[in-house]
Amino acid sequence: MATETTAEIAASDKILVHPLLVRVTHWINVLAMLMMVFSGWRIYNASPLFAFKFPGSLTLGGWLGGALQWHFAAMWLLALNGLVYVSYGIASGRFRRRLFPLTPRAVFNDVFDAFRGKLAHDDLSVYNAAQRAAYVAVILCGIVLVFSGLAIWKPVQLQELTALFGGYEGARLVHFIAMALLMLLVAVHIAMVILVPRSFPIMITGRTRRSL
Amino acid sequence: MKRRGMQHSLAAHSAPSIEKIERRLFLRQGLSLGALALLSGCELTEDESVQKVLWAMSRWNDRAQAALFDPEKLAPEYPESAITRPFPFNAYYGEDEVRMVDAASYRLELSGLIRDAKPWTLPELYALPQTSQVTRHICVEGWSAIGKWSGVRFRVFLERIGADLAAKYVGFKCADDYYTSIDMATALHPQTLLTFRFADQILPPKYGFPMKLRMPTKLGFKNPKHIMAMFVTNTYPGGYWEDQGYNWFSGS
Repeated sequence: MATETTAEIAASDKILVHPLLVRVTHWINVLAMLMMVFSGWRIYNASPLFAFKFPGSLTLGGWLGGALQWHFAAMWLLALNGLVYVSYGIASGRFRRRLFPLTPRAVFNDVFDAFRGKLAHDDLSVYNAAQRAAYVAVILCGIVLVFSGLAIWKPVQLQELTALFGGYEGARLVHFIAMALLMLLVAVHIAMVILVPRSFPIMITGRTRRSL
Repeated sequence: MKRRGMQHSLAAHSAPSIEKIERRLFLRQGLSLGALALLSGCELTEDESVQKVLWAMSRWNDRAQAALFDPEKLAPEYPESAITRPFPFNAYYGEDEVRMVDAASYRLELSGLIRDAKPWTLPELYALPQTSQVTRHICVEGWSAIGKWSGVRFRVFLERIGADLAAKYVGFKCADDYYTSIDMATALHPQTLLTFRFADQILPPKYGFPMKLRMPTKLGFKNPKHIMAMFVTNTYPGGYWEDQGYNWFSGS
């Protein structure tokens, strides 16, 4: 409540970076992703694709049946929340304004600058090209995860979709790779929030000062 | 009130030190949140109210899958060259515990909403019109394997015994104390076969002698082996794994 009051008083020199819908779907997505990933690792362990298993303590569900219950319950939350977020991003023009234009050269330059510690974060309402690329990749990973997940869940009823992923076994592989890529992007995302802590409260309050 | 006081005192500091404190606070909060999520993962699942929600969602998923099930949609079939050899053995017990069923004394018992519930001998079952399929068996664990099964269309058998095709469930009791049940829509699917052969040979014990109900539209554990008795009912019969938490419909 105190933040609301502060925001109201200083409304003139604050700008809205993340609208309420983006903030709510962001945090619902965090919850849904935690449930999906940790239960998914337990499901993976029942029949690993590669020569490793995830540590049992990092999984959710206790056993395969429990993990499947979590996964197939949380999938509705993840997919519906994602649908709301993507529909809003497209309809409101937020994706177009915030994530584009996006050129490979700009991404390359910004990633290079970031590694030299020279990337500016003065205005958190404007994403640099590296951020744009990362957020587009996260959204694409999410979409691929949902569709490859559907292809694994329903390889008969949705067999045309499953065929797009190279069949049932192909869909399993795609599902795993998209998860791994998403986890990598999430790790970078969390590291960047730690490096630029000002960005964290904005995902709660939505607002930041006009300029610093 | 506390917050405002803190903001006040923070304002006196220079910008970099505020960032440092913020960073430290954020790190600590982030770590404790992560620890909470990980530590309670197991207890969370055992919590009674969480269990209620998970089981309710599983029942919801039964309905969603029944709605998604297209009785006309056929599972992909494969050439015989695609058959997985050797085909994996799978059960809730080890391969050394496979049950032996005596062919000569075998009788398939029928009960429930069935007009002609006389028991069936193996020669009588073998005399029914036979058909084959090469389809993918998908295990709930994630792995899959392609096999060839032959037998009678289950719909033909259900019609022959005068089963109530408007009933909700068909239940199965097996020689290895396994039990399961399926929805009538899947029972009537053209690829649902009561099979007696695997890879053109009489089903060996490890693949379910004397018969296995083969449904390429359901996960492997829904396909009962060593079937001794079946019944048609409107009362939900559950199943060996289903009662422990595997989703009941488990359609592919």
